[in-house]
Amino acid sequence: MPLTHLQRLEAESIHIMREVVAEVERPVMLYSIGKDSAVMLHIAQKAFFPGPLPFPLLHVDTTWKFREMISFRDNLAKELGVDLIVHINEDGVKQNVNPFSHGSAVHTDIMKTQALKQALDHHGFDAAFGGARRDEEKSRAKERIFSFRTAQHRWDPKNQRPEPWALYNARMHEGESIRVFPLSNWTELDIWQYIYLENIPIVPLYYAAKRPVVERGGTLIMVDDERMPLHEGEVPVEKMVRFRTLGCYPLTGAIESGADSLIAIIQEMLLTTQSERQGRVIDHDQSASMEKKKQEGYF
Amino acid sequence: MAHKSDLIAEDIEGYLRAHETKSLLRFITCGSVDDGKSTLIGRLLYESKLVFEDHLAALEADSKKVGTQGDQLDFALLVDGLAAEREQGITIDVAYRFFSTEYRKFIVADTPGHEQYTRNMATGASTADLAVLMIDARKGVLTQTRRHSYIVNLLGVRHLVLAVNKMDLVDYSKDRFDEIVEDYLAFADQIGISRDRIVSIPMSALAGDNITERSATMDWYFGATLMAHLESVEIDRDDETLPFRMPVQWVNRPNLDFRGFSGLVGSGTIRVGDDIRALPSGKTSTVKRIVLPGRPGEESDLKEAVAHQSVTLTLSDEIDISRGDVICAASEPAEVADQFRATLLWMDGDDMLPGRTYLMKTGAKTVQATVAAPRHVIDVNSLEKLAAKTMTLNAIGSCNLALDQAIAFDPYGDNRYMGSFILIDRMTNRTVAMGFLKFALRRASNIHRQALDVNEAARAEQKGQRPVVLWFTGLSGSGKSTIANALEKRLFAMGRHTMILDGDNVRHGLNRDLGFTEADRVENIRRVAEVSGLMVEAGLITLVSFISPFRSERDMARERIGDGQFFEIYVNTPLAVAEDRDVKGLYKKARAGEIKNFTGIDSPYEPPENPEIVIDTVDQSPEEAAEQIIAILKDQGVLPE
Repeated sequence: MPLTHLQRLEAESIHIMREVVAEVERPVMLYSIGKDSAVMLHIAQKAFFPGPLPFPLLHVDTTWKFREMISFRDNLAKELGVDLIVHINEDGVKQNVNPFSHGSAVHTDIMKTQALKQALDHHGFDAAFGGARRDEEKSRAKERIFSFRTAQHRWDPKNQRPEPWALYNARMHEGESIRVFPLSNWTELDIWQYIYLENIPIVPLYYAAKRPVVERGGTLIMVDDERMPLHEGEVPVEKMVRFRTLGCYPLTGAIESGADSLIAIIQEMLLTTQSERQGRVIDHDQSASMEKKKQEGYF
Repeated sequence: MAHKSDLIAEDIEGYLRAHETKSLLRFITCGSVDDGKSTLIGRLLYESKLVFEDHLAALEADSKKVGTQGDQLDFALLVDGLAAEREQGITIDVAYRFFSTEYRKFIVADTPGHEQYTRNMATGASTADLAVLMIDARKGVLTQTRRHSYIVNLLGVRHLVLAVNKMDLVDYSKDRFDEIVEDYLAFADQIGISRDRIVSIPMSALAGDNITERSATMDWYFGATLMAHLESVEIDRDDETLPFRMPVQWVNRPNLDFRGFSGLVGSGTIRVGDDIRALPSGKTSTVKRIVLPGRPGEESDLKEAVAHQSVTLTLSDEIDISRGDVICAASEPAEVADQFRATLLWMDGDDMLPGRTYLMKTGAKTVQATVAAPRHVIDVNSLEKLAAKTMTLNAIGSCNLALDQAIAFDPYGDNRYMGSFILIDRMTNRTVAMGFLKFALRRASNIHRQALDVNEAARAEQKGQRPVVLWFTGLSGSGKSTIANALEKRLFAMGRHTMILDGDNVRHGLNRDLGFTEADRVENIRRVAEVSGLMVEAGLITLVSFISPFRSERDMARERIGDGQFFEIYVNTPLAVAEDRDVKGLYKKARAGEIKNFTGIDSPYEPPENPEIVIDTVDQSPEEAAEQIIAILKDQGVLPE
């Protein structure tokens, strides 16, 4: 019986994680609380079983995440007994940076990109695992699994190290770092199918429920707390909605859906005609925006 | 994802069960934009229903605006055709694309086909089970086709599809197809691709003939469509039937009761109770457990593991195994050697420096490898062997490698996982080459050094001293030789046994065949490092006075001699001061362009990062510098107080 594609993908991800742990000084796993992070964390536990995770988790909290994400994160860390570091850009908080008055681009840059760099520098991490996949976006399709960053955290797409076979080069100079993407070769369907088969817990926001939303520019935005300024005449309405990806709640579009179980989510995903990142506000704010963000240090 | 399967709507669990058993095929497409490669990949994505409506809407708009197919969809636009990438200044590189059907998941390495992208193509081919070679039916087998075939074969891609595309433009002619196939098979015989590895398919990616649907027009073709072939070609047995190999990535030792060896099974099959041999040590044991946590409720142990699985093995005996060692089937172990004939594909903008030591990573092991000058390089277009002194970007050539320690390996032709390696430059940390081990030049078992009764320790004791190398480095005219000379006089007076190796003097004899190119400078230092190593073994305090401009070669010398016996002395004279002194009048000549590759002028000097001793020659006389060194040597216990 040949290995299934999911077994092959899982084995590849485990191999990548072990290489990093063996070759770098201070690895960390970026944990974004979403489904991809859930899969990455699950695989990491297999990779180092029966030992504990040989690295901490890092969550960069923009302070605008859904409340349910935060409680899910804290419960999970407690349950698994993993070392979780939460980093907030306090400068940004002092300046009251938020997606409403500063716009999505500035907010994401300061509270996410800059915050991530702060955290990596502060703890001296030289390798950070991220859950990005090559099928998500064009610039990711050609990014390496071991993606090298300068001491300024910049990605140079024209100067990537060749990565033949599964021979990864993790050598770097002082101050430089690598971002590592163990899920590079997974697709959205692979992720869901693996969650289903392995029974991996995910944030309830992925499941449809009645939630208060307003419609803005064709996108349904959930009113997750009282910080959300309502436009004149805007009244939140209760709708059966769910989220295909999770981020900052004011920047994450909900979809109307009745899918309240894992199997229903997968069914809906297989039947949908819209791509996954279509609900993300930040990808659309300028053309070729992801390649640009990534060069500046965004994950 | 608009998968058109009724099962999704009617019986989603049944659908998922069916998809759970899908296998994985990785393939590469070779060809240029003009051959219809992008159109083919675009169509495969489209036909496997992987194009979302928001992408499709964009495609329709783009097709009308910039497409080349009139009102029809231009599938090439879906995959970011290379022309478009070039126009937008986006990196041209390996891009990976994904699609799946009911039977398989596919990972496509999409790489450009021109000669300047040979390294990208080789990277894409390195993980591929199958290669689709695109041919334009109007043009037939071209130089490019031959080059692609050579690379794909070099990388050991097992299955080839000769995709004779654009059949619509040759009136779907069977004669034309047969002619091209005959032509190609004749060439394949020449380069040693056996015919049973090749499947030829006439198609039109544009019109959709023989891609997923059988061509109505080409009723003379009875073989499979491209998709049907991709879905059914047998791949999984290839690696599982080879002898068992698992490079150890990581030793998992969470507590005293568990000691496991983690790795990816590179080839073969392993079962609990199997006898294994760890290499290069050769120690044997038996597999006690194969650990891989299963799904919830399942056991965390497996009874067997096969190629491509990541597992952790525990053994019945406490034998010493560390990262980089290879666990093999006891009855069919890999070979162990430290000198090889290898094929290299150079991937860096900086040329190879014969004689330089690079890092070599193979499996989970990183060692040092000194690369000899290429025996020849291959012209990938004519397949001729050409003489060459070095290797430049995209060059493919044959070289000998000498490692600083023995490793376990199998020839690449037998086992891709065990015969592949990369070379890493120790200064830039860039991956500069990919390589294929061909065979061992001598087996490690034959190279036990002659054990000598009178050894280094005995010779040193007779002389009553600790032999060391004092390695002076610095610009020309910095004062290295003057200081070394002053120091030797003092040491001689103290009754020490010494020897000086001076750059200028050695170049008149031992190294008179070497010039001043980077490659020759590397070889110059390598020989001096070897000679000073012998001097130390002879028990001498050896003073080496060489510009030795490259860190990498000084580090090589340090490794040859050994850390505690090697003192790097940086004679730190600023360029302006050295040039002002210009004792030998060389700077003047270099400035006038009469001397090429002069360190500090048109050739770089890389100052030491952590020298044992730094000498300031601006405020110190050579005699004072010599006293400074003696004080430090006393302090370090090299000289008696």
